[in-house]
Amino acid sequence: MSLPVYAGPFERLWYYLFRLFCILVLLFLVLPVLIIVPLSFNAEPYFTFTHGMLSLDPAAFSLRWYRDVFQNGMVDPTLPFASWAWLSDVWQNSQWIHSAKNSFLIAIGATVLSTILGTLAALGLSQESMPANRLITAILISPIIVPIIVTSASIFFLFARIGLTNTYLGIVLAHTVLGTPFVVITVTAAMSGFDRSLIRAAQMLGARPHVVFFRIIMPLIMPGVISGALFAFGTSFDEVVAVIFLTDFEQRTIPRQMWSGIREQISPSILAVASILVCLSILLLTVMELLRRRSERIRGLAPS
Amino acid sequence: MSDHVVSVEDKAVLKKQLSTALRLQKFRAVLLVAPLLLFVLITFLVPIASMLTRSFYSPDFAREMPATAATISSWSGTDLPDENVYAALVQDLTSAQARKTIGSIANAVNMEVSGARSLIMKLGRNLDDIDPPYKQALDKLDPKWSNSETWQALQNLTPEYTGRFYLTAVDLLSDGHAEISLQPEDRRIYAPLFLRTFAIGAIVTLICLLLGFPVAYWLSALPLRYANVLMIFVLLPFWTSLLVRTTAWIVLLQNQGVINSLLVWAGAVGDGNRLPLIFNSVGTVIAMTHILLPFMILPLYSVMKTIPPSYLRAARSLGANQLTAFVRVYLPQTKPGVAAGCLLVFILSLGYYITPALVGGESGTLISNIIAHHVQKSLNWGLAAALSALLLLSVLILYWAYNRLAKVDGLKLG
Repeated sequence: MSLPVYAGPFERLWYYLFRLFCILVLLFLVLPVLIIVPLSFNAEPYFTFTHGMLSLDPAAFSLRWYRDVFQNGMVDPTLPFASWAWLSDVWQNSQWIHSAKNSFLIAIGATVLSTILGTLAALGLSQESMPANRLITAILISPIIVPIIVTSASIFFLFARIGLTNTYLGIVLAHTVLGTPFVVITVTAAMSGFDRSLIRAAQMLGARPHVVFFRIIMPLIMPGVISGALFAFGTSFDEVVAVIFLTDFEQRTIPRQMWSGIREQISPSILAVASILVCLSILLLTVMELLRRRSERIRGLAPS
Repeated sequence: MSDHVVSVEDKAVLKKQLSTALRLQKFRAVLLVAPLLLFVLITFLVPIASMLTRSFYSPDFAREMPATAATISSWSGTDLPDENVYAALVQDLTSAQARKTIGSIANAVNMEVSGARSLIMKLGRNLDDIDPPYKQALDKLDPKWSNSETWQALQNLTPEYTGRFYLTAVDLLSDGHAEISLQPEDRRIYAPLFLRTFAIGAIVTLICLLLGFPVAYWLSALPLRYANVLMIFVLLPFWTSLLVRTTAWIVLLQNQGVINSLLVWAGAVGDGNRLPLIFNSVGTVIAMTHILLPFMILPLYSVMKTIPPSYLRAARSLGANQLTAFVRVYLPQTKPGVAAGCLLVFILSLGYYITPALVGGESGTLISNIIAHHVQKSLNWGLAAALSALLLLSVLILYWAYNRLAKVDGLKLG
């Protein structure tokens, strides 16, 4: 969409204004996310850039909020920084570390469950012989569509009856429900771009069904499985409404602790946590991008 | 080739073998889907259905207060009930007192008419001191017992199957005798909240479309290597935690926040009257637009990517100017993307809970927040279920439309 040489002045103006507008929208998307990173190094407990920060005075920046994140909840905060005793105290007692451990534990559990269930279902759904295909797909995908508050409240009433509230198993199951649609979608998509004659070729060459599955199908749909798993992981890691309804203080996750932190009194250590999470999402995004390229290469498409 | 002819028996055998193989294949497919389907059924569909039954089925009151339920149903509602209703009430409350369930009964009545909790608890404390005739005794204890509103509340609670939660959920008032009227204006809560939820959803969808369409158009027209780099700008917020993005907007929008400080520094507003950007509907709209914009851009982009640029060139070479070519040739082809993006954003915005709760303040909360309130705080689960049912219904209708319009199976991701 480059500017043609014959463009008149109005067209020229429109062209630049349009680009400017698009760039502004893209900045609107990323700047709010990125702006909290420098703010989290504020030496003062404010949520805005101080004069010292704007003039790049080193004294105006500090890591105090990051230290706060790790040390909050420690038994003995006077321990020398980064010593073994400090590390073990942080690992065992820090509030945020406890939430982080919970977040990872729950997200990994939910990811494993939803990846297995979702992949199997997607394999079944993508077969031509599957009856009521559209209806079942719609049902399996519905957890994304149903408002999270309705889902959480409903699961809360069920779990309260069978004693699964305030347990790790309960929240893992709830997050599995929320994560499976993504796996179903991505694996179904991977299967639809899949050349079925490869299966027939393998069968004709004498491969048994399990060989066909592990040697032919698996490697080809792997990018879809992994990106579905990442979606499921992200969903669970980011989820807070079900956590609010189904868990107690002991099972709190990072978003849950951020939620109560924001509601009660917002302190800049929230910004430090948020900045760490932003780095994590950049990592996740990179992995997704690499996967996408790999899947394009595998299918013989030109890498872009 | 030899002209080998398949005999009739062979044909029959083949047919049978084929149908066996097909049946086996079908069975295998079903077997693969079954675990997830069962799982979703047990932990998702059944719980939702069982919660929604609470919206029209509430047997607790009739079970706890059998005598009252039996006698009050024949009350006409015009005058005060007969003495036997009073006696039944005293009898039921006496046994409820013994089972220690009087508190929950009082709470249930209190949801119908405020102030009834203390009225019933007071009666509970004085059950030993009152003697027949109960009509006079109760009136002496508290003149509110001669208020037909109190009895109306009791009568409303009696039926096992009831539409009263739905009536409340749309701000209608029932006197229990087929007379349904609108709540007085100052007591309407839910209908305005539904309207606000839909209005904010529509505003957010519109802004997302206005911001997202040009970006998607631009990205789809750029060479892939630039588009992929710029796509990171869309995907980074998409992959960033919701709480992080909401925190960012709280930091940016609050009174002493970055935006207001910038405006004061630029002299656009005085230090004294910083703009109230947060804890109102403005904050909700800004934060939700930011959060949902990727959901608009991604489907638009994937549709626009499939539109061959040669169509536009053909239109122009046939004499259309740029505007005509765009409106007549390009725009109609983007329709599935626009429909998918708008419906997706609108559906997601209807169910938003976290962001409105954190940045919405009083005027920016949505229907989800009031459902959470009724589930967790007021414990009016019937009403929460009715509100959920209405919310769910609107979402499902839109989802159906989404599937029709977008003509894609499910959602497209990334």
